[in-house]
Amino acid sequence: MSPVFWILATLTIAGALAAVLLKNTVHCALALTVAFAGLALLFLELGAQFAGFAQILVYIGAVAILVVFAILLTRGSETPKDGVFSHTWLAGLATAAAVFAVLAWAVLGNAKALPNQAAMPSVSVHDIGIALVGRYVLPLEIIAVLLTSAMIGAVIVAMHDKEGAK
Amino acid sequence: MTPLTGFLLVAALLFSIGLAGALTRRNAILVLIGIELMLNAANLNLIAFWRYGPHPERLTGMMFAIFSIAVAAAEAAVGLGLVIQLHRHAHTTDLDAINRMKG
Amino acid sequence: MQETISFALATSPSGIAHSLWLIPAAPVLASGIIALLKQPRRKTAGTLSIGSLAFSLLLSLIAFGHVVAGWSQGLAVRETVSFTWLQFGTTNVDLGWVLDPLSAVMLVMVTFVGLLTFIYSTGYMAHDENYTRFFCFLSLFAGAMLAVVIANSLLLLFMGWELVGLTSYLLIGFWYQKPSAAAAAKKAFLTTRVGDVFFLLGMVWLFAQTGTLLFYNNGAGSMEPVALVALLAQPAALGLTAAGAIALLIFAGAAGKSGQFPLHVWLPDAMEGPTPVSALIHAATMVAAGVYLVARVYPLMQAGIHPGGSTTALTVVTWVGASTAVFAALIAVAQNDIKRILAYSTVSQLGYMMAGLGMGGVAVGMFHLITHAFFKALLFMGAGSVIHGCHEEQDIRKMGGLKADMPLTFVTYTVGMLALCGFPLLFSGFWSKDGILEAAQHWSVAKAPFYMLVFGALLTAFYMTRQVAYVFFGVWRGKKSAHESPAVMTLPLAILAFFAIALGAIGTPLWPWFRAFLEGRAAGFDLHGFSEPGLLALMATSTVVVFLGIGLAWRLYSSESPSPEAPDPLEKSAPPIWAILRDRFYVDELYGATVIAFYAWWARVADWLDRRVYGGLVAAVARLFRALAHLNRFLDTNWVDGVFDKGCEELSSSGGLLARIQTGRVQTYLRLLAVAVVALVAILIWSSRA
Repeated sequence: MSPVFWILATLTIAGALAAVLLKNTVHCALALTVAFAGLALLFLELGAQFAGFAQILVYIGAVAILVVFAILLTRGSETPKDGVFSHTWLAGLATAAAVFAVLAWAVLGNAKALPNQAAMPSVSVHDIGIALVGRYVLPLEIIAVLLTSAMIGAVIVAMHDKEGAK
Repeated sequence: MTPLTGFLLVAALLFSIGLAGALTRRNAILVLIGIELMLNAANLNLIAFWRYGPHPERLTGMMFAIFSIAVAAAEAAVGLGLVIQLHRHAHTTDLDAINRMKG
Repeated sequence: MQETISFALATSPSGIAHSLWLIPAAPVLASGIIALLKQPRRKTAGTLSIGSLAFSLLLSLIAFGHVVAGWSQGLAVRETVSFTWLQFGTTNVDLGWVLDPLSAVMLVMVTFVGLLTFIYSTGYMAHDENYTRFFCFLSLFAGAMLAVVIANSLLLLFMGWELVGLTSYLLIGFWYQKPSAAAAAKKAFLTTRVGDVFFLLGMVWLFAQTGTLLFYNNGAGSMEPVALVALLAQPAALGLTAAGAIALLIFAGAAGKSGQFPLHVWLPDAMEGPTPVSALIHAATMVAAGVYLVARVYPLMQAGIHPGGSTTALTVVTWVGASTAVFAALIAVAQNDIKRILAYSTVSQLGYMMAGLGMGGVAVGMFHLITHAFFKALLFMGAGSVIHGCHEEQDIRKMGGLKADMPLTFVTYTVGMLALCGFPLLFSGFWSKDGILEAAQHWSVAKAPFYMLVFGALLTAFYMTRQVAYVFFGVWRGKKSAHESPAVMTLPLAILAFFAIALGAIGTPLWPWFRAFLEGRAAGFDLHGFSEPGLLALMATSTVVVFLGIGLAWRLYSSESPSPEAPDPLEKSAPPIWAILRDRFYVDELYGATVIAFYAWWARVADWLDRRVYGGLVAAVARLFRALAHLNRFLDTNWVDGVFDKGCEELSSSGGLLARIQTGRVQTYLRLLAVAVVALVAILIWSSRA
């Protein structure tokens, strides 16, 4: 395990933790961005350059901004009176812990069975493009439709209601 | 501990943190943040298995991850739109208070 | 005494024999129809009764004529018709009827006297409001009595016997509002019941021994030689054979019905009933049924007899009859009620009949029965006429001088009285009573019955003259003046008076037609009949006795003007004896102190048992069941319902519990999802591992 991995891993985890634990919602959003960045770097570490850059472009560039917008639009920056954690936070924490335990058990239990390829694959954007319009043309088109409908849907959902219907 | 195992554990941890956030925070937006984290953890899993899997030249993992990113983006958009609309109706984003569907 | 049948036996049933059942059926049918009528239809009731009995009389005369025709051709008729009534297993119980001389004469007598009584009753009961009920019962009685007469089966006879007892009870207690009448009816029924129990025992024993209850059945009947021999061979208790024991048991039933001592107590009390009832039932027919029964089972009574000797059964019959004759005659001397005197006279004459049967055979006893029926019915109806004319007065001390006011009644009554006393030569009673005395004279067992019967004849003449003197002679001691009865009542009296005289003709030694007819022998004019040794002496003796009795009584009573307060002349001379006679030898009081007292005590014990013990048991069971019911309810409410209700509550509360999952909060659902996923994954890993 290279040190790069450890640093990046720590970064990502820290960012995620901050995103979940901080009181101020905007700080959470920003921490989320850090987590996204860490993930992108991890992707790059793994040799998936296109995925990494796509991560930066889409997640950091769009989703995080979107989250900040939503926070601002819903006055989420104001700290609520009863605290930021729900009154059933322990059950949720326990559930999450259980999930991690199971996943860790699955991973570590089968560690020997997991393959361990050493060679880094070389993937060019050209290959990805070919794959997109070749083998994966159908998902591509569907994604296109999905994005269109999501956009329209989001606009409709977030639109102000007509006057008088309230 | 192989590199793959390490990545998988990181992904698992990330997933759990995201889940914990989704389950424990009051604010609806933070629930969505948690969900984004979960999705990202899944992506990490996919890329890691692509890198250390048997046929990386087939680009299966990468493609899956890319599509996942696209879908996540769409979903975040719609979800946040919903949160905004919810805020307009209930004047709050506190999920503890939104229990009109109580049985 | 008994001579063998010299005629040939004719047994195949003729047309009339087959129709014999109509004779009792017609009055019973009339009774049934009348029972369904409404009360006020008096004319219909009377017409139906008289019509049905007239029809029966007609058929009886045809039957009688048939038997006489057979007799004149030298055949002894005995035609039977029987059928199986019950069948259980291989045993049959048969019923049937028989047409022979005995039943033929009895049929004619019963229907004829009955018809005259019915006609008389239309006049006597004319003012009674229960006229239809009276004729209903009377018709039923007639039907039952005729069934007894024609019965060839002891069972059918018993059925008719019981029915006759029932109708007697109904008729004695006709005016049931009177407590004395109701008590008298009960007494009659219960006393005859005592006799009937023995009768039933004898009947069952006979059936068990011989396997049949039919009297005559072409050789297989119980009165025919085969069965009798078997019965004689069977020993019973006390040195008797089965034949003797059964005969005595049956005689006990006859003694009850015919009022022999000690079962005589009901007959005088039975005078509480209307006079036609007394005339028909308690003089002519029902009480004669006992005598008829003994005559019917005579072969059984007589079984094993040696020529010139007697059987145990017949001896008992004779002694009972003779003692009753004297006993009742003594009591009759001291009675003051016109009907009571006649009642005791009936008891006494029945004793004569029984003695005649015992000593002289069927013909002797039956002849006296037939003649007695006519003159006793005449006397009773005459008494009824007197009572009716004296405005319901029954005490002879309050009557008198009626021969001027009621001449027709007087004449007929006197005829009857003379017949009863046995006035020589002219009256039937003389010949019939003499037949009995003759038999007594020649009885081989003892001579005492003869002297008792002669003494009885003296007493009979005495008390009858006393009664006639008080009633018809002397001065009128009543309140209102007396009047003669209407023709509908006096005409039957006249007819009966005629027969009281005329019937004597068939029983004289000159022409012993009756005896020969019954015994199936030829009979012709026999001028040497009077030359039998001792016969003329006997006739002279009885004549002297009768005149002595009449003379004595006339001397004592004809010039008397008695009143209820003044003592009787005999009483003046011997008060204690008079008291005993007047109080009927205290037999009723004895019974009251012993039997009835015991019975009342026993009834109290039974009542205590019933109420305390059995009733207590029943009450305890009821309480137990109530407790069980309470327990049941308790269990049902608390346990069953409780369980059920609890179950339902649990169901609702668990539903409530489960509903809590639906919090309406998104994070809860997400949490549940996560938990489920964890569980699934764990299972997957685990199963793939294992």
